[in-house]
Amino acid sequence: MYNSPFLRQKTSVRRVMTTVLVAMLPGIIVHVWLFGIGLLLQIAIASAAALACEAGMLALRRRPVARALGDGSALVTAWLIAVCLPPLLPWWMTVLGTSFALVIGKHLYGGLGQNPFNPAMLAYCLLIVSFPALMSQWPGMQGSDAATQLHWVLGGERALDAVTGATPLDALRTGLRGAADVDTVLQSPVFGFVAGAGWEWVALAWAAGGLLLLALRIITWHIPAAFLGTLAAVAGIAWLIDPSQFASPAFHLFAGGSMLAAFFIATDPVSGATTPRGKLVFAAGIALIAWLIRAFGAFPDGIAFAVLLMNICVPLIDIRTQPPVFGHKNGDAP
Amino acid sequence: MDPEARAALGDIGRKGLWENNTALVQLLGLCPLLAVSTSVVNAVSLALATVLVMALASGAVAALRTLIPHEIRIPVFILIIAALVTCLDLAFNAWLHSLYLVLGIFIPLIVTNCIVLARVEAFAAKNSPLAAAWDGAAMGVGLLWVLALLGGARELIGSGTLFAGIDMIIPGARPLHLLGEEYHGLLIAILPPGAFILLGLMIAARNAWVARAQPAHPTDTHTADAPAAA
Repeated sequence: MYNSPFLRQKTSVRRVMTTVLVAMLPGIIVHVWLFGIGLLLQIAIASAAALACEAGMLALRRRPVARALGDGSALVTAWLIAVCLPPLLPWWMTVLGTSFALVIGKHLYGGLGQNPFNPAMLAYCLLIVSFPALMSQWPGMQGSDAATQLHWVLGGERALDAVTGATPLDALRTGLRGAADVDTVLQSPVFGFVAGAGWEWVALAWAAGGLLLLALRIITWHIPAAFLGTLAAVAGIAWLIDPSQFASPAFHLFAGGSMLAAFFIATDPVSGATTPRGKLVFAAGIALIAWLIRAFGAFPDGIAFAVLLMNICVPLIDIRTQPPVFGHKNGDAP
Repeated sequence: MDPEARAALGDIGRKGLWENNTALVQLLGLCPLLAVSTSVVNAVSLALATVLVMALASGAVAALRTLIPHEIRIPVFILIIAALVTCLDLAFNAWLHSLYLVLGIFIPLIVTNCIVLARVEAFAAKNSPLAAAWDGAAMGVGLLWVLALLGGARELIGSGTLFAGIDMIIPGARPLHLLGEEYHGLLIAILPPGAFILLGLMIAARNAWVARAQPAHPTDTHTADAPAAA
């Protein structure tokens, strides 16, 4: 079974997870710089909740607690949940979402490496379905100081309308419902030079972190390329047909969670497709569904639902896209 | 009644309520189970209607089992069940009209509930009317308690109340606000995913209970004649 000389690689779960955390830093820093410390609070809350749930579930399952806690996988899930949630969400909602992701989304399916669904997206979907109003309130750029944000996250009385608003995607949808066309809607100060004011810089920072992951070969090019390419293609087709009703591909690439999803969420090695061609199909499917929900749905962003829907298809995709065994033509029985 | 028949009936009852529970073990009839279990009142009302239909249908089929031609038994079963359900549907419409409006299509759909047909085909067509009616009732009550529990959990988590809509059955009764009037509710529990998640947890709890009650069996890999690991 084991023969031939092998090269030893230094990759371990711990090293991969640490690299992902480091690659998330640019996005987090830019986000905090532009929108305030809310995100840092969410990261702290989500991390504490995730570590507590992970330790509790490992103890219940009689698995070595310390080694699994040290691998950092729970922290990655927690950080991904935190960056998806509105930064001023009350703390208990973040705890609820994170616990759901870790306990039901991860450990009930068998723990690290066994979960069919992306845990972070499960947490997001649970919260957006249960609390649609609060989950749509994002802080603006000139919002509130650190103490106020802390106060709100801890559950204080909220005067949110003054400092929060819709995300660019939401603003676009509401504007279009009000029978305005895209160009008129984009005059609003919510929007910047490509997508949302401030949002485009956060998106660029996520892309920078993602390129770091690519360079270090933590992820392959397939998923980001297929996701962004498909999103640009479908958005571009609709935009060419009717530019007054559909936003441009550039807007879609830089709005909402596109860049985050392309590099950090869809690339989850556990719940995503594993074959090279399968990754292309998987990511293209996410982009297509996400665009459809953005253009015709009622939720602020469609990526989370798209990821979960494609997660279900992964076993089928993997079976149908097995690469040929060396020496065989594609389609031969190996 | 002789002790042997009594023991047989006890066995039928235990299988219906626990060992072959329709919702937790056979996983039959899940469509109405998941669709109406948004509150205790809805869940229990529909489950009671199902219990009634199952007991009557099983008894009737068992009584007629020698007369029904084997080749066309399924259409005949369905006709008998449909006749009973239609009577029940009209009764609900006449005496519990507001509840009838809530349960709506799910009362007529009891006809298509596969658990009714499953018990008729698997049990009533081969047994005496008394045993068959008892089996239908036991299976129905097995469904009832799961539906009541599931409906209670979904209602409590989803909206913080218990027995909402009780005034449709007992005029003037008030629902309980167990989690306070301030509680907004975790909406997902009321939505279909919440039903699947909570039912999954209940099945897991039952399996854990059963696994704990039975001594662990050694698996094949530990037996002496298993081939050595390759």
